[in-house]
Amino acid sequence: MNINRKFFNQIAFIALALFAAVSLACSGQQMGGGGNTSSSGTIKISGTGSTFVKPMMDKWGSEFGKLNPNIQIDYSGTGSGAGIKGIQNRTVDFGGSDAAMTDDEMKQTTGGEIVHLPVVLGAVVLTYNLPDVKEPLKLTPELISDIFLGKIRKWNDPKLKAENPNLNLPDNDITPVFRADGSGTSDIFTDYLSKTVPEWKEKVGRTKNPQLPPGIGIGGKGNEGVMGQVKNTPNTIGYVELTFAKANNLPAAQIKNKAGNFVTADSSTVSKAAAAFADTMADDLRFEITNADGADAYPISGTVFMLVYKDQPDPVKGKALVDFLWWAINDGEQYVVDLHYAPLPESLVTKVDAKLMSITSGGKPLRQ
Amino acid sequence: MTEAATVHSKRRITNLVMTSLTAICAVFATTVLLIILGFIAYQGISSISWEFLTDTPKPVGEGGGIGNAIVGSAMMTLLAAIIGLPVGIAAGVYLAEFGKNWYGNTIRFIADTLIGVPSIIIGIFIYTVVVMPMGRQSGLAGGLALAIIMIPIVARTTEEMINLVPNSMREGALALGAPQWRVSWNIVLPAAMSGIATGAMLAIARITGETAPLLFTALNSRFYNFYYDQPMSSLTVQIYNFATGPFEVEHAMAWAATLLLVGFILFINIIVRYLTRKKH
Amino acid sequence: MAQSSTLGDKVYRTILFVAASSILLIVAAIFYMMVQSSMPTLQRFGIGFLWAREWNPSQELFGALPFIYGTVVSSLLALLIAVPISLGIAVFLVEQAPKKIARPIAFMIELLAAIPSVVYGLWGIFVLAPFIREYLGPVLQDNLGFLPIFQGRLTGIGMLTGGIILAIMITPIVTAVVRDVLEAVPNTQREAALALGATKWETTMIVLGNAASGIAGAVVLGLGRAVGETMAVTMVIGNSPQISASLFEPAYTIASVLAANFADATDEIYLSALIEMALVLFLVTVVINGLAKLLIMSVAGRANASKHT
Repeated sequence: MNINRKFFNQIAFIALALFAAVSLACSGQQMGGGGNTSSSGTIKISGTGSTFVKPMMDKWGSEFGKLNPNIQIDYSGTGSGAGIKGIQNRTVDFGGSDAAMTDDEMKQTTGGEIVHLPVVLGAVVLTYNLPDVKEPLKLTPELISDIFLGKIRKWNDPKLKAENPNLNLPDNDITPVFRADGSGTSDIFTDYLSKTVPEWKEKVGRTKNPQLPPGIGIGGKGNEGVMGQVKNTPNTIGYVELTFAKANNLPAAQIKNKAGNFVTADSSTVSKAAAAFADTMADDLRFEITNADGADAYPISGTVFMLVYKDQPDPVKGKALVDFLWWAINDGEQYVVDLHYAPLPESLVTKVDAKLMSITSGGKPLRQ
Repeated sequence: MTEAATVHSKRRITNLVMTSLTAICAVFATTVLLIILGFIAYQGISSISWEFLTDTPKPVGEGGGIGNAIVGSAMMTLLAAIIGLPVGIAAGVYLAEFGKNWYGNTIRFIADTLIGVPSIIIGIFIYTVVVMPMGRQSGLAGGLALAIIMIPIVARTTEEMINLVPNSMREGALALGAPQWRVSWNIVLPAAMSGIATGAMLAIARITGETAPLLFTALNSRFYNFYYDQPMSSLTVQIYNFATGPFEVEHAMAWAATLLLVGFILFINIIVRYLTRKKH
Repeated sequence: MAQSSTLGDKVYRTILFVAASSILLIVAAIFYMMVQSSMPTLQRFGIGFLWAREWNPSQELFGALPFIYGTVVSSLLALLIAVPISLGIAVFLVEQAPKKIARPIAFMIELLAAIPSVVYGLWGIFVLAPFIREYLGPVLQDNLGFLPIFQGRLTGIGMLTGGIILAIMITPIVTAVVRDVLEAVPNTQREAALALGATKWETTMIVLGNAASGIAGAVVLGLGRAVGETMAVTMVIGNSPQISASLFEPAYTIASVLAANFADATDEIYLSALIEMALVLFLVTVVINGLAKLLIMSVAGRANASKHT
């Protein structure tokens, strides 16, 4: 009994000391946190979805936060599918997706009409892990389709060599890496291949959840997951957003576009793809820019949409959200190219601005 | 004669080989532990700095830290303990004092089942019953998910510890005319308290390491968050995001965060070990 | 005085009863939620869902077999590796090592169980997967490459990596239960065997034989842990819904598909298919845990069985 008491006291002391340490640490950090300090005036805006745009959103959120210390933009990269589900179920204030919502998905919302707001353009690149190949690989849509359908299984396959005569392609098995979660990057990728390769259209089609034939590939979660698999595993090839390849110093293949040229993905070739569609854009801004016309247009280009309800439930948060998005596409553009995305063409910015003006709360417009 | 001798030496050789094999198994397993821990320490130590421990995540390449994840983990663990400990201990006392019947057996079996339920399923459950109605992911939801994991563990340890209390103590007090609840509350529970407390500490260590139930419930956050109604970052989810990502700086941060988390968990385990050893 | 004490007893008992019943309530609610949410697939695909091989959410093809296969094979692989090692450790600790050595080793093995799943995953990605790709895989292919299970590409990510990680994770629990079971075998058995001239190992075999059902319980319990493991597996198994003979190929488990796709399953039928798999996993863990409990109890008695289940 005595021993027990003493022993219990010891534990109680340790527990108390731990809690004291934790709470001390908390309060210390609160002071040190500076601009992040929570106060009653802080407006928290949460978004989730596309991992494609996550680095951009982090940068925008951080820069916007410096200008507006009372607004916290909190975006977590969970995949475009999760972004759509998040906004449908209203577990977040906005969703991010690289694929426009389908009509079916638009019907399943719980808060009325959803507005699609394109904020940035980007390229989906084919990145690969071949340590001995120094020059960029050249790929045609047919080759990509054959690789991901398992018809080309070796890096030194004659079909690959035919387009890349100068490259020292090894006699190794190819391991394609695809997205295991519902993904807008997959949507852009499969949309492109469905437009260019009939066999792909028939076997896989355009989808956020592509399924490769068995025995072909490895699945990764998120752009980061695919990138991680490619980076860590030799002889792999995967499709990711350009920033992810650049950040890792991994190569991006040149892709043969509609005009027949092999094009490197960068901000300008993506902008050219978007420019080709400027006149034919749908009024609700649900569009895609894959397989564009134009000599220098990068063919696997895509748009990132922010998904917000047209009528915002909370006027204060709604206003902060609209202001943030307005800032992002107008002033935030300066950070776009550094992160290897492409800014929206001028004509499109005007259209998005108009959409932002139409967002209301309780019937009143949030921005005049 | 020679035949018997060979049989005999064969038996001795078998004995020697097999007994050394079992020792090798033990050495092998401890080596694996040391390799894992050593690797974590080696990879993690270089990225730990004051900034890393106190800052929030920044855009890639701008540094940043896991301060908010530490706070988030601590807050959700605290909430889970506030709910899980009283409920778990009370349930454990019930099982020990009144649970020697069919209902007690049922609860016992169900509690063991709940301990075995994959934690991802508990995450899905909380998403359905808390996140959806509340309209957002939150530290509350994360803490509740952890509490559900904690309750059956605490309940079963508590029961076990109370069963260790000698019946003579109980009978003595009852003979003096004390009501049953007083005996249970003032005599039996304090006697078992040291064991219950160590069990509670181990349960806390266990839930601090949980990732799967937080993915859909607490989500993640880039900011310090001191309110339970908002999405909350945690060390484990942050490690998962860093680890599966492509950026080398983030991999280094994953190792450093891991060092911190594993350090905390091992610290609790060692403390518990030290204290319980004294008792014997 | 007498009355107030009965009132106190009643209140006390009620509070405890409510707390204990909350466990029942939580499990009932989890079960109800899962049955409710998996109704659409149950009605549409029936029991055939479990052995349909095609998984393609975009075409509304939902077959659970690749996930069940991945879960079962990765768990069996883990048992195959972990059980002999755990038996060896437990025998060493109980039958051979002096207490002074046994204690710290036992503690270190318990620490293996304390390391979080996500940490095993991290270690798996950066240490185990490259090790399998560069060293273990080539050795296996050179020597046993004629077996289909060791053929194919070597990426380091796949079923084998998942199985090994699981093996490390379940070793402590299997070891701990086997230890308890062995300790519950009366010493008279050992003394009798030794007195008859048996070697130490022969004595151990007799003890193991008598503890067989308890050891079986430990194995089943390890299986229960392995099938539900999520994070570590999802980080190294390759997340590809396929049924491949090769252990080097990627696979998928029920728990990892839940982690990867639950957050983005927008279609009701897709979500329902995922939750039906969660339900299957839930029922399997219930059965496994029940079975393990019965087996362990038959040898080690109630107290020990309760310690680990």
